[in-house]
Amino acid sequence: MDKVNFHFEIDGDNFTSAGEASVRIKKLLREMGFNPEVIRRVSVAMYEGEINMVIHANGGTADVDVYVDRIEITLADCGPGISNIELAMQEGYSTAPDNIRSLGFGAGMGLPNMKRYTDDMRIESEVGKGTTVYMTVNV
Amino acid sequence: MSINKHSVTLDLERCKGCTNCIKRCPTEAIRVRDGHAIILEDRCIDCGECIRVCPYQAKKATYDKFESFADYKYKIALPAPALYGQFEDLDDVDYVLTALIECGFDAVFEVSKAAEIITEYTRRYMKMNNIPKPVISSACPAMVRLITLRFPYLKENLMPIMPPIEYAARLARQQALETHPQLNDDDICVLFISPCPAKVSYVRNPIGVEKSAVTGVVSVNDFYFKIRSKLKDIKNPMPLSQTGIIGLNWAGSGGEATSLLSEKYLAADGVENCIKVLDEIENGTLHNLEFVELNACIGGCVGGTLNVENPFIAKARIRSLRKYLPISRNRMRDDSGLCDEVLWTKPIENESYESLSEDRLTAIAKMSQIEQIYKELPHLDCGSCGAPNCHALAEDIIKGDAKITDCLITLRDRRDKQK
Repeated sequence: MDKVNFHFEIDGDNFTSAGEASVRIKKLLREMGFNPEVIRRVSVAMYEGEINMVIHANGGTADVDVYVDRIEITLADCGPGISNIELAMQEGYSTAPDNIRSLGFGAGMGLPNMKRYTDDMRIESEVGKGTTVYMTVNV
Repeated sequence: MSINKHSVTLDLERCKGCTNCIKRCPTEAIRVRDGHAIILEDRCIDCGECIRVCPYQAKKATYDKFESFADYKYKIALPAPALYGQFEDLDDVDYVLTALIECGFDAVFEVSKAAEIITEYTRRYMKMNNIPKPVISSACPAMVRLITLRFPYLKENLMPIMPPIEYAARLARQQALETHPQLNDDDICVLFISPCPAKVSYVRNPIGVEKSAVTGVVSVNDFYFKIRSKLKDIKNPMPLSQTGIIGLNWAGSGGEATSLLSEKYLAADGVENCIKVLDEIENGTLHNLEFVELNACIGGCVGGTLNVENPFIAKARIRSLRKYLPISRNRMRDDSGLCDEVLWTKPIENESYESLSEDRLTAIAKMSQIEQIYKELPHLDCGSCGAPNCHALAEDIIKGDAKITDCLITLRDRRDKQK
């Protein structure tokens, strides 16, 4: 067995539980002996992704595949999709609604942070169908 | 941390093997096996949560007895500020300090005095450039150990200044040697009167210093009765106290942080709350925070398990005690920056969470097996197997410490299938 998979259902109806998968994966990676810097990068990228899925897409799934040399994160949702990925990747650009902003989210840093904290990030999105984000953190 | 250095221990005779403690331990450090609890020493942070929840008083804090220090020539008491909140109708801290002298101490040195000086040094530290923010308080030893074990990335944020208990012990020794030149350092015994087991463990395994200047740790509840019996006869207390409002405030949650005179602070208490805060700090989601105070006990040190009084009552009493006191009685006139004598002299050890294997490929394979077993378990997290939740049982099975039939639900299902 060269990898281990962890699957999480991200509950779109419960905003307050967003971030739980990130906390969980942090604990699991620690037990597998990854160094704190790698763990932090994975957990931040996961956290931002979870928040995005809850705010924009009514939840989705997160899959984390842990290999010896890398950690792959796949976040998939059936939300509205992203019409202009380049624009969405710009720091400060956000389409989050006001009620979310009042909680301190929606600063337009989610996707840019996910890119910053991972070694590779790819977005596949179709308007009306959903979005899948693939991220890799090398160890 | 080697075995026997923990303060929190188990009384086998009293333990009934119920599952109250395993479910409440914030670091999953307890299992029930062969009908009684066992504490996993490498995970325990001595927070005392199990002592609070055990219905049979089987979980205990071990600490020293005053009587065993009789041979020392000169005995100094270091009262924690939480001690003052234990007594009703007290209008002056000096009554408690005088009672301590009558209990057989040669001198008292308030930890709250050292706390006021540490507050001043903390303000100076916060002004330095290039320090990782938010600065996390290192005063609660249970929280420092939690960070070492579970949040190693945040170790850099811990304030590298010794806690008031340590600085108080050092100042107390210096003072004794100056006022009594005939004494040697070996003649002096410094006893901390502690509200919690974590401070007992701190003295046995000091943080940031080679060796603690504290000789032993006695408990607030042991001294409560000794002090009470003296209090009623004290008519003219000696003017011993050298503490102001700031020093007394350290007894409760928020006391340390508010004294920094900055509004950009967060003060959390209770281990679960602190873990949530640390997770957020680690994720970088808390902005504009300069200082974070963490207390393992609800209410802060007044909530420690070695106290007598309810934490909120104790806090209210301390509030009335600090009336008419100066803000601080230990202001430092010069502003010459940090002094070496309060700084950590030794980095904290790497004691990261117990990992499944040194070799990552093996660790991943084991984790994969754990996930496989976990899928078969009922996910009730009932605790009747002796592990705090189903995932912990799956981990224990792979480590060879438990078997799948320890799960009563799985066992029942297997039996039903056989019928």
